[in-house]
Amino acid sequence: MTVTTITDAELTPKDYASDQEVRWCPGCGDYAILKAVQKALAELGAPRERTVFVSGIGCAARFPYYLSTYGFHTIHGRAPAIATGIKLANPALDVWVVTGDGDGLSIGGNHMLHVLRRNVDLQIILFNNEIYGLTKGQYSPTSRRGTHSPSTPQGSIEAPVSPCAFALGAGARFVARAVDTQQPAVVALLKRAHAHRGASFVEVFQNCVVFNDGVFDHFTSKDVAGDAQLHVEHGKPLLFGPNRERGLRLKPGTVALEVVPVGPGGVPPGDILVHDETNRALAQLLVALEPPAFPVALGVLYCNPATSYEADVSAQARAAGFSGEPADLGALLRREGTWTVAE
Amino acid sequence: MNTASTPRTRQARESVVIRFAGDSGDGMQVTGSRFTVETALAGNDLTTFPDFPAEIRAPAGTTYGVSAFQIQFGARDVMTPGDAVDVLVAMNPAALKVDLTDLRRGGTILVDTGAFTERNLTKAGFPANPLEDGSLAAYQLLTFDITRLTTEAVKPFGLSSREAHRCRNMWALGLMLWMYGRDRQATIDWLRRKFADRPELAQANVAAVNAGHAFGETAEMSEHLVGYTVPSAPAEPGRYRTVSGTEALAWGLIAGMRAAGLEKMIFAGYPITPASLLLHTLANLKPYGVVTFQAEDEIAAIGAAIGAAYSGALGVTSSSGPGMALKTEMLGLAIATELPLVVINSQRAGPSTGMPTKAEQSDLFQAVHGRNADAPLAVIAAATAVDCFAVAIEAVRIATTYMTPVIVLSDAYLAHAAEPWRLPEVTALPRFPVRFRTDPAGFHPFLRDPVTLARAWAVPGTPGLEHRIGGLEKDYDTGHISYDPDNHARMTRTRAAKIAGIANGIPPQRVALGDDHGAVAVVGWGSTYGAIHRAVSEARDDGGDVSHIHLRYLNPFPRNLGELLSRFARILVPEMNHGQLVQLLRAEYLVPAEGLSKVEGKPFKVSEIVQAIESTLRRG
Repeated sequence: MTVTTITDAELTPKDYASDQEVRWCPGCGDYAILKAVQKALAELGAPRERTVFVSGIGCAARFPYYLSTYGFHTIHGRAPAIATGIKLANPALDVWVVTGDGDGLSIGGNHMLHVLRRNVDLQIILFNNEIYGLTKGQYSPTSRRGTHSPSTPQGSIEAPVSPCAFALGAGARFVARAVDTQQPAVVALLKRAHAHRGASFVEVFQNCVVFNDGVFDHFTSKDVAGDAQLHVEHGKPLLFGPNRERGLRLKPGTVALEVVPVGPGGVPPGDILVHDETNRALAQLLVALEPPAFPVALGVLYCNPATSYEADVSAQARAAGFSGEPADLGALLRREGTWTVAE
Repeated sequence: MNTASTPRTRQARESVVIRFAGDSGDGMQVTGSRFTVETALAGNDLTTFPDFPAEIRAPAGTTYGVSAFQIQFGARDVMTPGDAVDVLVAMNPAALKVDLTDLRRGGTILVDTGAFTERNLTKAGFPANPLEDGSLAAYQLLTFDITRLTTEAVKPFGLSSREAHRCRNMWALGLMLWMYGRDRQATIDWLRRKFADRPELAQANVAAVNAGHAFGETAEMSEHLVGYTVPSAPAEPGRYRTVSGTEALAWGLIAGMRAAGLEKMIFAGYPITPASLLLHTLANLKPYGVVTFQAEDEIAAIGAAIGAAYSGALGVTSSSGPGMALKTEMLGLAIATELPLVVINSQRAGPSTGMPTKAEQSDLFQAVHGRNADAPLAVIAAATAVDCFAVAIEAVRIATTYMTPVIVLSDAYLAHAAEPWRLPEVTALPRFPVRFRTDPAGFHPFLRDPVTLARAWAVPGTPGLEHRIGGLEKDYDTGHISYDPDNHARMTRTRAAKIAGIANGIPPQRVALGDDHGAVAVVGWGSTYGAIHRAVSEARDDGGDVSHIHLRYLNPFPRNLGELLSRFARILVPEMNHGQLVQLLRAEYLVPAEGLSKVEGKPFKVSEIVQAIESTLRRG
């Protein structure tokens, strides 16, 4: 049987847009991420009928309604669980999870932990805006100490969780980070995430214009971006600054990073650490970097593939004797301990 | 009397109730299960009742660590594990202490004197040794040093003293097999398989069974040690096996999946007593297209099952009361998105953690009404271990035909109870193949079948049917998100009508026993079937104008139920809860139904229901 699909023709980002009117606040970072996702899908030539977007609850969770693929807008925090079931039922589907800092790390923190450690073959995009937007601006688990919100009028007294540090701790084997407005970088990361077999975790810093506007300005605004962002690339030295004049090296005598000047008057280029995205220890150091002392590390921080969960599930089923042809139920019922009552 | 010269003739019995009781580490469940198999192979009808503590290994010798297994078997139709115990096998003082209350006066007690040490007597709370102080004079006492006899029997195999001690249960089993004239071969074969990697353990256990059996054959020390015969029960011709409720559910789910023409079942669960057994059983059935998923919690378990259903597999989850509570929000999602889902609740005593290993029927309200908003779904219940098979198939039929979650109510008793089952021919099982939507013309996800009101099942991977669903209210005509007030009212009515319409596709309610009108109808549901049936049968034998009606369909009820109930002067509703079905019946049909509650974590005794029937009849 030949199934003719639209993927035979060149698909453009517009082909991945649904007919539904997008209803985020004007200026919301979600628009940029939606465009980046549509562009990534088009560049991947993703067959729409085999692509599924699963979301939980929150502003980000409206995402599936705006795509022309299959979509499941589930309940708060539980998208990873439902996505796992989808993948178990049909491993051939390409399944994406869209979540936020509250959805994925507060009410759904448990599911996020387990979907990552199981390594289910999903692309998980976590929109981090450090706030609850849809419920009108309460502090979230990624909000920094002191965040003033309707539920924290004196400022939050909680230490925030770092999404990428959480993902690494949970055993994620692909961890990446981007800024919503840097579309080429987001598209590139999404394509890398898609190529990765197993759970891939992508945190996108997403600006909430209404409740937390400018919360990432200290490293995203144009005047500081060069000094405050480190774009990592596998096999390339960890250099940053407007003219890549600074770099990271291991502080002698410790297991800590330090910023050093490179070149004339600084350290020799050979002292600068080279990014190895398969090195988990390095990834853990990189995700912890924070301004002002350090730049924010962006890009693929960690990528170290292993067999994915649903592939192992299928392998075990085959090893147990599942051949694709379902076994004889009548024989199962009569397998042992039967007796016959004669006519 | 010189018993030595008395010919050892066997006495006939029509039915017998035996309870094996001991420490939770004494292997009483295994002993009971093996006795059950040999009894089934001997052609008796039977029902079993395993009763064990929640503690895996409670401190040895304590009363709260006692584990028991009861079996009633006989030459006639056996429907309950039995009200009163005829033979109590007590492997230690604590077991005697706990289980003596159910032994009938004149019943037989078999004890291991080797376990009646000062220390064990104290732990059990006996001020004096009951074997010596005359307190058991009302019973026939068989006292053997099973510990010593077992140790001697297994000596050649070089076991540690701890391992040798653990063969005691097989010695007791051997003696009981002798007492009722049972074969040992199936048990011997089973031991050799079970201990295939440890041949010395297999040999020792076989030796213990044989020693117990030989002891009965040759012992001449007690006039009470008598052999019995229990003739086989009349049964329909056919192939039989024993089946537990859990096994029947597992196989029924596979049969249901086949009947629906589905290739895969995703069974997602989270460990919880007593539901875990179903997860374990299905985890070994991968060749049948079953994928089991042990999720991180109850919510993820039902979530994965919903995801599987969305993708066109049979999605199943299973739990018990507290876990069911956690699944509530997901049930709402399955209702809103109208996806097929089977949810099995092995009910246990509550609220909260309650008594995890004890049976109750107290989740009926939760199943029928326990969700936020107007969120109807189908609820059915299994009556017996064998019935679990048909109920599982029916749950799959309703779920896939009506695109709805279905809650199957089982309980801790049914999960473990076993009985003989006349095996069905697989080719004769029902067929209800699903038809996935493939035609893009005019498609939207909430297109409905005009008869069943089920929405189209369109699964990812189907070209041209890409669509979005979710928990937000959808427009009746387009399937898009809608906040329109009239539309929400229409969708609420439609969801209710769809579930109510299931009644059009189920058989009318029949009377299980007795006339379809009269003085008293005893209406039950779930695992109380056997006790109610026997009680009604006994009351009818005494001339009582009473009938038994047993409900499989609890939401919706069968269409004729109200009319049927109206033909009885009084309605008695025995339930293992504080009165739930009785309230549903009163609310639905405005009938003067009266409840009979039992919330002791134990099944009804036949006599308890007989008394209630007599008292109801007397009131006229």
